[in-house]
Parts: sequence; structure tokens; C-alpha cells
Amino acid sequence: MYGFGFVKGLTTTIKHFIGTYTDEFNWAGKGGRYYNDEALKVRQSLKTEGAITVMYPEEKLEMPERFRFVPFLIMDDPAPGQKAGKDWCTSCGICAKVCPPQCIWIERGKKPNGRPKPEPEGFYIDIDICMNCGYCSEYCPFDAIKMDHDYEMASYDRSASHIHDKERLSKPISYWRAIAPGRAADEERRRVEAAEAKNKKKAARGR
Amino acid sequence: MADPIIEIDEPEVPSVDPVEQATATLKEKFPELSDDSRPNYTGIMVPPEKLLEVAKTLKDELGFEYLSSVTGVDLIDDGKMEVVYHTYNLDAGGGAVVLKTQVDRDQPDVPSLTPMWPGADFQEREAFDLLGINFPGHPDLRRILMWDGFEGHPLRKDWREAFYEQDNKPFKSRWPEGHVFRAEERTAFGKNVKYPAGWLPEGLDNDTDEEIYSGMTVSRPKSKTDIRTDIVTVNIGPQHPSTHGVFRMVVTLDGETVIDLKPVMGYLHRNHEKIGERNTFLQNIPYTDRLDYISSMGNNQGYVMAIEKLLGVTPPERAEWIRILMVELTRICNHLWSIGFLINDLGAFQTPMLYLTIERELILDLFEATAGSRMMCNYMRFGGLAYDLPPAVRGQETMAFLTELVYERLPKILDELDIYLTGNEIIRERCVGIGIMTREEAIAYSACGPMLRGSGVNYDVRKQDPYSYYEHLDFDIPVRQGGDVFDRYMIRVEEMHQSLKICRQVLPYLKQTAGAPILEGDPQYNIRVPQGGDAYGRVENPKGELGYYVTAKPKGTNPERYHIRAPSFINLTPLGLMSKTDKVADLVVILGSIDIVLGETDR
Repeated sequence: MYGFGFVKGLTTTIKHFIGTYTDEFNWAGKGGRYYNDEALKVRQSLKTEGAITVMYPEEKLEMPERFRFVPFLIMDDPAPGQKAGKDWCTSCGICAKVCPPQCIWIERGKKPNGRPKPEPEGFYIDIDICMNCGYCSEYCPFDAIKMDHDYEMASYDRSASHIHDKERLSKPISYWRAIAPGRAADEERRRVEAAEAKNKKKAARGR
Repeated sequence: MADPIIEIDEPEVPSVDPVEQATATLKEKFPELSDDSRPNYTGIMVPPEKLLEVAKTLKDELGFEYLSSVTGVDLIDDGKMEVVYHTYNLDAGGGAVVLKTQVDRDQPDVPSLTPMWPGADFQEREAFDLLGINFPGHPDLRRILMWDGFEGHPLRKDWREAFYEQDNKPFKSRWPEGHVFRAEERTAFGKNVKYPAGWLPEGLDNDTDEEIYSGMTVSRPKSKTDIRTDIVTVNIGPQHPSTHGVFRMVVTLDGETVIDLKPVMGYLHRNHEKIGERNTFLQNIPYTDRLDYISSMGNNQGYVMAIEKLLGVTPPERAEWIRILMVELTRICNHLWSIGFLINDLGAFQTPMLYLTIERELILDLFEATAGSRMMCNYMRFGGLAYDLPPAVRGQETMAFLTELVYERLPKILDELDIYLTGNEIIRERCVGIGIMTREEAIAYSACGPMLRGSGVNYDVRKQDPYSYYEHLDFDIPVRQGGDVFDRYMIRVEEMHQSLKICRQVLPYLKQTAGAPILEGDPQYNIRVPQGGDAYGRVENPKGELGYYVTAKPKGTNPERYHIRAPSFINLTPLGLMSKTDKVADLVVILGSIDIVLGETDR
């Protein structure tokens, strides 16, 4: 019958339309469908029915640990009264070499006698060029550069403020532990294991 | 070590490999032919004056009727230009017969194959545009990606771009004396663009358009009615919501009927291939994400497979299973998206598309938790993957999430889609019998993917030239005979069901291999190709056959030539053919049924 398929299709639309409101009724006694962390979790899971809108900026999606957006440098937690801790970066340059759009500039530190020292003098990332591929953090042998979860970076000036220097890039290790607890713990464990293996080797050689 | 989980049956050796047989026959018939003698290169060297004859024999007598890829290589050290052709036998399946012809670099004239294979049309124009190879005999040899006033041929090795720094990355200015600078501060124009005195936009040479317009057919078929019609030439796009990006069609209309159409593209051209030749091998992976940005996992896989051939590594078992899972979910994503937009083009604004987008979002959640990004996944590495599956996706244990997604959520929406759209009279009225391409035309025009299968050709790279573990999986290739827009839509719906079927078979293997390595060897940031050579990695991407032709020098850190056989680009070749005699209102639907992504078309 002509028009039957059309009517069948419209019932689907109506089902979706009504679904959004029934879901709202279901949440009515439990803090509401919107602006409610519990409800947001369900709305973003496989159980979602009806509209899946996230009411940004009041509601925000939880970022998975591996989420990557613009790198930052890891430093030790600053001692009380200090502004910055010790950088983990040794300015080995692997991140600058592997970076696909070449957005990392590193100025290697120098000792007074002119020999290189394992600390960066300057570290710059042009975030306009950065393509958020995550290679720098993936291939860094010292876990010194990580991808951030802070995606709200709109600014009024697109020249100087989009070149992040070392001060702007450095964040304490506690921040990384807070945004990616699982990965931070994994890396910690691997570092300890590597150090132990190294010590064992040293001890074996000493004997 | 534990027993291998899959039992690899000894493949039944076909009595004669069609490629070998064809090669032998060709060599017998043409004694001038020789094998490509460079180490690790494959293919048959054909003298340019014999090319047409050899191609004709290959096509008509040996059954290699599908010309998949045409590209040029600049061999600057030898003073030569090389053109590489990949042809396939659609019935027998298997690998390619690769023809190569070398000509002098200063006068690169290679006879055009377009009269024999219309599918070579755009690809030869691309080689002409980017490498400056002439194809005498080509009916319409114009630039295709660059604009007409452009000076030079950018893929030639001696051509340097505006912000040229060094031939290969990594640039020396980055480390250890990295003094930051912004590229735009180094332009000749200074902080902002300064135009020369007396420069007026009206003074620009507008011959480009004249050339297109003058090439349009104006002869009108005899009118069946008494209605008097005019012949007009109209531009649709480049700025048009239904062109799925910045894409232009120059259309000649007789009243409302299309009598000729020429696509104009290149508005999003960024010379991906040149960037790729400056990059190291590893650095190219995130760039491939940005080709067909709807299905970045598939793009990764094609490229990674090509380089794995050069490196001679094979990924571990778990990595292959995860790759298949990701690629099949990408296929579902892509088809949901393309169906949504097709319906959008039909005039059902947004509603069906948004329903389908909800499901796509759920798949993207998995990608984000696994790879770190929803669309620009950058997930695959040479010999494996970047990460294993995550412990949880959106608060649900990963395997539980996948099981629910594949067994409950997605089948439900596919059934709903069927009820919602497939039977809809408006959709049938607008799609059935529109944009018809016959089987012969589809093959001749090198159409691929759902376009080819919608026209009755049973050809899918996953079946006919299996890669990864596809030969161990049980799935069907949907084929339909109508060759119209509706059949392409149905192929996409059925392919999603098949992808789900594949995912269901993969899940048990993922459970069995949990904790197994996902990368062969250690992660390496500077990958060197030990032997050099050339390789062609091709996969069945959702949009069609995606191929990467890569050549490398021994110990090379970056590709010498990096070419992409882009399905979106080549599928546009028959657009003019399909639209002829249809109404102008159907144009956007026909274009929608090709399912192009301009990131890949323009590269």
C-alpha cells in the first residue's frame, strides 16, 4: 500500500520524540535528567534513550585517560614556597624529532664549560601547529612529556599566546596522576622495575 | 608458548596464479618487456611506445580489466619519470599486474590510457598536474588539483614549497638549538599579506573557467515533448551544503535535464603526498587520519600494511584481531554517516542523520578510550598497535561494552533503520532508477567499494585479495544488480550487517588473546627501511579500495614516493556519466550516493 512505509517511518520518529520525555520523567525524582552526574553517565552509555545532548558547559564529558590534547611537560611537585619543581625532561630531543608537524623547539642547556647538560634551556610548542597525535608522549623515554586533557584553550590573541614556553607547559606530576591515575601508576611501576633491573646489573658487575 | 589460536589451513594452491600466468603470456607476446630489476621492486617494465598494445592485451585477452591506480614517480637521480599502473583481474582475484614505463624527465610523454580505460582520466590528470607528465591522447588534459595559473609541478623532487625548510624531517632548527619562530613570520609578505602596488583581483586571469565551459557538450538530445527548453551552464558549488565540502560541479542543463557535468576539485588540496615525502615513515600515520576523516582506522591500516611489507614485519595475533574489530566498526560508522547524509540530501533534514549519529558517537567513545581521539585515531603502528584495548569505556568494562554494542545496540538500530528508511516511499521514489551505472561502466571507470558492488560486480579486497585475518572469517559480500542510488544505499545497509557479523566472530579471539603482545618488537621512533623497494598496501575501506603506493631507498627514513589511491577521488570519475539524463534535482542525491570525503578527494 502506498504511504505505508512512510507512516512506519514516522512512528520511529515519534518513538524517539516521546523517548526523550519519558526518560525525563524517569529522572524526575532522582535529580533531573540534565545537570545531574548520574543521569549524564547513563545518557552517555550504551543504555541511552532519546536525546543524548550534553549541556555544555554546565555538563562536561569525562575524558578517558588516553585522551590527548596538546602536550605538557612534567616536573616534580614544587617544594613549599617554590614555583617550579625539577624538570623531568633531559632535552634528548626525541619528541622534537618524532613530531610530525615539527611544532616542538628545544634549546638544550649548556654547562659553564660548554658541554651539554641534560636539562632544557628553552622548550616551546606552537599549539597552532600541534596535531595532537601524541607521538611525543608515546616515544619519550623519560615520561617527561604527556598529553593534556584541558581542551578549553580559546584565546583572543593567536600569535604570541599560542606559543607555549617552558613555564606555561610545565605541570607537576601530581596533575598527571590526577587526570590519568591508571597510566601514571603503570609508568611508575615500569620505572621502578627498570631501576631495579639496572641496580641488579650494576651489583652483578660490581661483584 | 601456547598453541596458536587459529589454525591456518594450507591454502589451496590454485593451479596457476593469474598474475604469474598473465606476466608470462605478456612476456611471450612482447619480448621487449622485462622485470623491474631494482631489488625489491615488482612490476613489468614496458617501453612507452608499447604501452597501449600491452595494456590492450592485458585488458582484452588476459582479463585484467580493472585499472586500479595510475601514478607517477619522479626518479630525479636517473633523470627519468616513471608511470606505474596497477591492474586487477576481477573474476580471478589476487594481486596486481603492475606495469611501469619510464620516460625522459625533461620530455615525459606517456600515451594516455583514458580512451581505453576512462577510469584513468582523473588519475592521469593528477599525474600531469603534480608531476608534469604529458599524456598525449588524453581528451581533456587540464590541471585537476592545483589552480590553472600555478607555476610548476609540486610533486617533482626539485620543486620547493613556500615554507621550505629542509628536504626531510626532522628539521635541524628544532633541536638542540631550537629558537622558536612562526612560519608566517618568514613569508615574503611579512606579518600579513601585502599585495603588489596596482594589483587588482579583476586583473586575474580567468581563463580557467573558459576552458571548462568551452569543453562542455551542448548538443541536445531530441526533445520528446513540445516544451521549449534552453541550454544553460550552471555551477553547483563550491560553496553548497550538499557537496559535502568544497566541491564544484559545472553542469550543462537542457531545461532541467543534465546533459553534461564536470567535477571541479582541489579546493582542499594541501599536497598531502609532498608532505608525506618530507615526513619520516612514522610521521605519516597521523597524516593519513586526515584523508578520509570519517574512517581514519582504515586509512591507518592501509598505510601501515604498505610499510610493513617494506620492513618485513608481521603484527602479532592480538594486534590483527583488534585491527579488524576497529576497521569493521569504522565501516559501520562511515556507512551510518553516509546514509545519514544521503537522506539529508534527499531533504529529510537532520532527523534521521542525528539518530544515526547517536550510534556513531557510541563507537567513537570506544575509539577515544582506546586511541585517545575520536576521529584522528592515529592508532596503528608498524608491526602492531599503539595501545591495547582500555580497561573500560564510558564506565563499562571494555569486553562487556563491546559485547553489548555488537550484540544488542547496533543490531537494534540497524533494524530500526530498515523500518525507518528502507521502505519509505519518498526514498524509493527519489533513489530507485536514479544515477544508473552499468556493470561494464563501473569496471571501465575504476569505480570501487559500494559503487562497484552496487553495479553487480562481486569484488571486495577483503575476499578477493585477503589481507590481515579476513580469510579466516565468515562473511558475505553484498552485491546488487541495479547500479542505482538505492542499490548503493542497500549495499551500505547490508555491509553494516556483515561488519557486525565479523565483529561477533572477532570478540572471542579478543578474549582468548587478552594480555598478549600488541606490537612486534619495541616501539621505535626512527624507522629505517633496510632494503628499500616499493610496496602497494591496499585495503577495502568503507568508501572503496584504498591503496598506498610507497617507494623507499635502501636505509631510507622517509618515503621516496608516497601515493594514495583515494577511493573518493576515483569514484568521482563516473559522476558525469551517472548524472547524464537525470534531473538537476537528483544531482545532489547521486553525489551523496558516491559518499565522498573531500579530505581524501583533494588530498
